[in-house]
Amino acid sequence: MGKTFAEKLLGKKSGSGSVVPGQIVTVRPDHLLMHDNAAAIIGKIEQELEKFGVVDPELPIIVLDHVVPAANEKTAANHKTVREFVDRHRLVNFYDAGEGICHQVVIEKGFALPGSIIVGSDSHTCSYGALGVFSTGIDRTEAAALLLTGETWLKVPQSIKISVRGKFQRGVSAKDLILTIIGDIKADGANYCSVEFHGDLQGLSIADRITIANMGVEMGAKNAVFPVDRIAQGYLDSLQIASGTYDILWADPDASYMLELEYDLGAIEPVVALPHTVDNVSPIDKVAGIKIDQCLLGTCTNGRLVDIEKAASLLKGRQVDRGVRLLVLPASRSILNEALRLGYIETLSRAGAIILPPGCGPCLGAHMGVLAPGEKCLSTANRNFKGRMGCKDAEIYLSSPETLAVSAIYGVITDPRKVM
Amino acid sequence: MSNQDKIWKYGDDINTDMLFPGKYTYTCSTPDEIKPHLLEDLDPSFATEVKSGDIIMAGKNFGCGSSREQPALGLRAVGIKAVIARSYARIFYRAAINQGLLLIECPEAVDAYIDGAEVNLDLTTGIIRIDDKEIEFPTLPAEILEIRDNGGLLPYTRKKLEASRK
Ligand code: SF4
Repeated sequence: MGKTFAEKLLGKKSGSGSVVPGQIVTVRPDHLLMHDNAAAIIGKIEQELEKFGVVDPELPIIVLDHVVPAANEKTAANHKTVREFVDRHRLVNFYDAGEGICHQVVIEKGFALPGSIIVGSDSHTCSYGALGVFSTGIDRTEAAALLLTGETWLKVPQSIKISVRGKFQRGVSAKDLILTIIGDIKADGANYCSVEFHGDLQGLSIADRITIANMGVEMGAKNAVFPVDRIAQGYLDSLQIASGTYDILWADPDASYMLELEYDLGAIEPVVALPHTVDNVSPIDKVAGIKIDQCLLGTCTNGRLVDIEKAASLLKGRQVDRGVRLLVLPASRSILNEALRLGYIETLSRAGAIILPPGCGPCLGAHMGVLAPGEKCLSTANRNFKGRMGCKDAEIYLSSPETLAVSAIYGVITDPRKVM
Repeated sequence: MSNQDKIWKYGDDINTDMLFPGKYTYTCSTPDEIKPHLLEDLDPSFATEVKSGDIIMAGKNFGCGSSREQPALGLRAVGIKAVIARSYARIFYRAAINQGLLLIECPEAVDAYIDGAEVNLDLTTGIIRIDDKEIEFPTLPAEILEIRDNGGLLPYTRKKLEASRK
């Protein structure tokens, strides 16, 4: 019987050879991602750090992104703690406030190497599956232990195979696909599983794949992964990562899966996830016309250059509706720089958008763009949980960048195909 | 009736924002900071009325959402004896092991419970008694039990590090 990607990779990286679902293996992850929560993580192990030190200064990647620039004294002090920790232990991979959202930074800086294992104290660590990485979220305590020991346990997951083919219609994109999948299999449909994407993947760019893998955790997945094909290799080439430096490894054709699903991209329609769960997915025509107060374009799910470009092209020469605040949150400084160079930011700002510094801020309700009771926000983020944007009496709707941009113009949820 | 365990009953997909709102994640990390906000947006009475030894009973996918360990840490700190649910989200499941919080995955127990039923959880025998019904619950693999039995991941790690120094 053939092996799935997860079985092969965990067997190889743990040195256990052939492993089966349910088996517990010990691994040494290639990297450990932390963000602002690094302050709390190191706070747990001050004495041990003093005594034993960080196991490997190259292991951690720390990106300050969640509350940047600091919102108050407490978050400022956290950032300071992290900077001092980085200096004291001579950590190599540190990115200060303004560099971007951790997941985008990990990918752009070339840490997300095919065949590697990355764990992170953030649930959307699964994003790097777009490049054939086995990546998954862990909690802060586990991150603390990893800083000291460099190793952890993983249970070999069962796997789900999702095969895609075809090309999206105009106005439809990867966000609609992943929301459709989550609506079909539900928030726990892939619980503990490795979700592996197969089929003809030519219709999915790296940005699309990151959007999809990013949301794997919204169906409970441990990781969500794509094969390293020509498109992925082309992207890695663009980062100047030589092809000999990573390990291309993929599922056997006769691997066995717990569930197999197929999607024709051409049949995917624009959808919206309604409050307050990501799997509460509705075709857009059922919700078109709902009045919105705020739009959030960006986050680690849809804050890449193509997303900003799409919004800019739709908003060019137009104005955001008077009743709407459009927030633009680029996923990284390099994306912001490109969007500036290409004029997208000017277009969006002229249309009435508020441009925010690269980071997470409003996505988790910790900083800026907080909603008022009774307000509705349309967002390209990955989560619409009650209270997520700082107010439990507000509502969050999730959509693609196309739907968001067109809806910002009309002030109500609008099918982007109507104007494209 | 005296040794009956108090049950806090909730539904499916109870996410980390309901268990501990995201807006506090960067300002609250110690048990005392976490406790007043536990389940704040889900059940405002929980934080003030919860007592050591209480049990939470819930549906499927308990703890889904963020990698946020405050819920597990906080529930352990207020003395929750166990969470019994149909299923758990994986990051929360790990966080609970790492904090030494007992999670029991047991759909039969959730099915058997009706409001007001008498529940007794016997950890030594691994049996949940709901009124007259006895249900056995599954235990964890040995590698993982070792972490929990050492009081959570950090005490366990400390022990390992000290041993390797000798
Ligand atoms: S942008 Fe939102 S979902 Fe992404 S890492 Fe930041 S807080 Fe998490």
